[in-house]
Amino acid sequence: MNDQRPVAIVIFIFLVGLVLLTKLFLIQVMDDSFMKKAERNAIQRVVDHPYRGLVYDRNGKLLVYNNPIFDLMLVPKEFEVGDTTKFLELFKISKEELIEAYEAARKYSYVKPSPLIKQISTTEFARMQDYLIDYPGLFIMTRSVRSYPLPIAAHALGYIGEINARQLERDSTNYYVQGDYTGLSGMERFYEEELRGNKGVKYKMVNVRGVDKGPFKDGEYDTASVAGKNITSTIDMELQRYGEMLMSGKKGSVVAIEPKTGEILAMISAPFYDPNDLTGSEFSKTYRSLNSDESKPLFNRPIMATYPPGSIFKVVQSLIGLQEGVLTPETTFACNKSLVACHNHPSPVNLFGAIRNSCNPYYHQAFRQIINQEVSSNTYKDTEIGLNAWRENVLKFGLGGRLGVDMPNEKGGDVPSSKYYDRFYGEGRWKYSTIYSLSIGQGEMLVTPLQMANLAAIFANKGYYYTPHLVKAVDGDPGQIPGKYQIKNEVGVDAHHFDMIQDAMAQALYGTATRAIIKDIEIAGKTGTAQNPHGEDHSVFVAFAPKNDPKIAIAVYVENAGWGGRAAASTASLMIEKYIRKEITRPELEKYVLAGNFIY
Amino acid sequence: MRESDIQINRVDWLVVAIYFALVIFGWFNIYAAVYDSQAPQSMFDMSINSGQQLVRIGISVVLIVLIMVADYRFFENLSLFIYLFFIALLVVTPFIGKEVNGQVLTVGFGSFRIQPGEFAKLATALALAKVMERPTFDLSKTKNQLVAFGVLLLPVALILLQPDTGTAMVYFSLLVMFYREGFPQRYYILGFGFIALTLLALGIENNLYLVAGIGLIILILILMGKKTWQRIVVFSLIGVGMIAYSYSIDFVVSKLPEHQQNRIMVLFNPNLDPLGVGWNVTQSKIAIGSGGLLGKGYLEGTQTKFDFVPEQHTDFIFCTLGEEFGWVGSLVVIGLFVTLLVRLVIMAERQKTRFSRIYGYGVISILLFHFMINIAMTIGLFPVVGIPLPFFSYGGSSLWSFTIMLFIFVKMDSSRAMQLGRLG
Repeated sequence: MNDQRPVAIVIFIFLVGLVLLTKLFLIQVMDDSFMKKAERNAIQRVVDHPYRGLVYDRNGKLLVYNNPIFDLMLVPKEFEVGDTTKFLELFKISKEELIEAYEAARKYSYVKPSPLIKQISTTEFARMQDYLIDYPGLFIMTRSVRSYPLPIAAHALGYIGEINARQLERDSTNYYVQGDYTGLSGMERFYEEELRGNKGVKYKMVNVRGVDKGPFKDGEYDTASVAGKNITSTIDMELQRYGEMLMSGKKGSVVAIEPKTGEILAMISAPFYDPNDLTGSEFSKTYRSLNSDESKPLFNRPIMATYPPGSIFKVVQSLIGLQEGVLTPETTFACNKSLVACHNHPSPVNLFGAIRNSCNPYYHQAFRQIINQEVSSNTYKDTEIGLNAWRENVLKFGLGGRLGVDMPNEKGGDVPSSKYYDRFYGEGRWKYSTIYSLSIGQGEMLVTPLQMANLAAIFANKGYYYTPHLVKAVDGDPGQIPGKYQIKNEVGVDAHHFDMIQDAMAQALYGTATRAIIKDIEIAGKTGTAQNPHGEDHSVFVAFAPKNDPKIAIAVYVENAGWGGRAAASTASLMIEKYIRKEITRPELEKYVLAGNFIY
Repeated sequence: MRESDIQINRVDWLVVAIYFALVIFGWFNIYAAVYDSQAPQSMFDMSINSGQQLVRIGISVVLIVLIMVADYRFFENLSLFIYLFFIALLVVTPFIGKEVNGQVLTVGFGSFRIQPGEFAKLATALALAKVMERPTFDLSKTKNQLVAFGVLLLPVALILLQPDTGTAMVYFSLLVMFYREGFPQRYYILGFGFIALTLLALGIENNLYLVAGIGLIILILILMGKKTWQRIVVFSLIGVGMIAYSYSIDFVVSKLPEHQQNRIMVLFNPNLDPLGVGWNVTQSKIAIGSGGLLGKGYLEGTQTKFDFVPEQHTDFIFCTLGEEFGWVGSLVVIGLFVTLLVRLVIMAERQKTRFSRIYGYGVISILLFHFMINIAMTIGLFPVVGIPLPFFSYGGSSLWSFTIMLFIFVKMDSSRAMQLGRLG
């Protein structure tokens, strides 16, 4: 009767084994989600942040470094205070602060560290270090923030901050994660990849309470971080500092370039701010206040502000006219004030005189020669052809488009083409009389201070330029800088045409900018006034020096400071002397600039 | 001297080999469960579980030797005394025992403590064998059924007082032995049907599906047999009763306090509450599931030794095995258990006395239940009940009671030639 029952029991035993093994097969072999869950449980990815590269000035002086700051951390589980009074005395905190910090730490985690005292100075840290051994559960955590030995060059150097959502989305390399720091402006942004280095990753095991249980697989999958590369900037720290001193309390730009290389020696955007304020825990607070400041201290004027080039553009007009053969040094025009206003000077003038005196009617007439070369019998057509041909020539001077400086957000300015006037007036409905204000650098033209400084470099170099840049070497190697900064750009005007131009610019100082004259250093310069419909005109001056062997080309903009011969010319002159002579021999001029009363 | 020689030759060495394989493999896993790669301690270190377990294994070997050299009639003759002794111990446990987490499981002095509940299993198996030994004892008779269930339910009642539901449940595994000894089949069919209906009523969200299913089965049963009106009425009443029962289950559950409802519902869907009630099962499944085919390697597991799985060296020891040895490791251990159990069935069937056959099936029942429920709970096939994996889990009482239980049967089996004359 019971014979089949043992067999049933045996079948049941096999069935149990089969069901268990099947279910085990399903979760162990078929389903790998448990492996991922296990990794999430027990393996913690710890990112090893690399040391960000330093930035030096052209003479090897430190501009940007990493400053370690120390946080005293507390692990509640291990923490034993012993003699409380002594503890409070040693660590200089109140009993209430200690209790509050401890409660907060307990609330966060019993076994993970929480900050007890934040941002301890290096000296305090050194003092505390000796006592730490007596207090289990306390340790120092080091972080680093960007620091600047001198509070200068904020705009050129830029700042770093937490990466934002849009940048994260655009990061195709998937290098960054939320909370990472990245260069947000200036060189910090442009050379982010060089400066940042490469993150390392350590995998460590943790138990259910998050306590470290050592490296995963003995560190087999760990990678070491690679420190960022140091960058040598083209900036001359002393010149930059001096320029910022001169520009303090004013609005405007100073850009100084070494003509032979395109290296930017100084780049000042006023008003400026102390770059040390845009670091660490102060970042968001400072950023908000700077961003809402009406004088726009975050606005990087040398590359973002655009102005009409004004009289300085007459030099470019002269060079194009000479190259085109429509002007010669002997070409003479009368200073006919019925064409366009001018100040009083001898008339008629030749080209030299026109530059020296900045004669507006001369260029009104000379520009017509450039534009209307009678290629077409139709005046309108002829003007269109002439304008576009002229525009091509102007673009070669680095105008009307971004130069490509190594900073983000550069503006290109504007040089209008026939299309612009077609759109505005209709095709075939404009001619020279419509566009004549271009002749003296007014009208629809816009340039940045950087482009103006580059013009000065072109005048100094007699017809070529290197794209202005801020980087001199990467990791001490000049060969690692971007290739485009090593290419010579010709402007298409023969060198001999510049001789007379340079002479005229040197002479111009005696007419329009006597304040700029320095004994023993021959400066070639040109004043300008950028018209400002909203208030007092902007004072502009471009120059290079010494005339025979140019070491520095400079453009200075002082906003709302009126005529170029005063504020801008004086500032440029002081900058030139500072750079070439390393000292200032005219304290009264320095006082004049610092006082800042240019309108009278 | 001659007598013991014969016995040694007749020892079932396969069972002994599987026993030692499981104990030693278990010991390695106990070490792995507490192993700390940052502060590795010797496997023999007495301050950790594996060191202590080794001592218990040593004591087990002594127990085995004592059992094997004892007279084969010893346990048979003393079976009722042993039973009564442990019943008495269970009675006094709540008064002299040590309370841990609201349960009073152990008695003893100093560091030597045993769980009477563990030993009472084998005592009950012995007592039942003794009671049911008579050739005239027929389990289809109500009187005999009452006697057998009386012996079975007495320790269950006492253990429920401790309270230790998991251990109490184990006693019902002896129904497997009752089955072999002629307990009527219809009760099992009823029982399984009842359990299945309960599970379905709890597991299926919409009871209408269940009603439709029951209706369909009843209809098929009616159509298959003779269509007399009595039959139709009886089947219909059964169907109505089943439907009423399934609704009443849901009603009762909905009246339970919420945390008890959760306990039941988590069985069907552990993801309902992965950090609370479902934590054990979720973490246990992660540990086992992350083992893959071949496992992470011995001492390379992360889930068990870093305490993600609670009770990882006692009731959840299978997690360590699954994580570090993978499916292949699971296959080996499950294979060993299945082989052992089938071997024990073969041995039970070849016994010459009813006593030793009934006892053998008692051993099979208890081992099968532990093996099945323990592993099923670690992989989410059964609710979490605190019962150990035989021979494998950490703990003295469980190891010793299983060892004694198994080797009493091995001893009986090796002496079966001498029992020849007594066959009824």
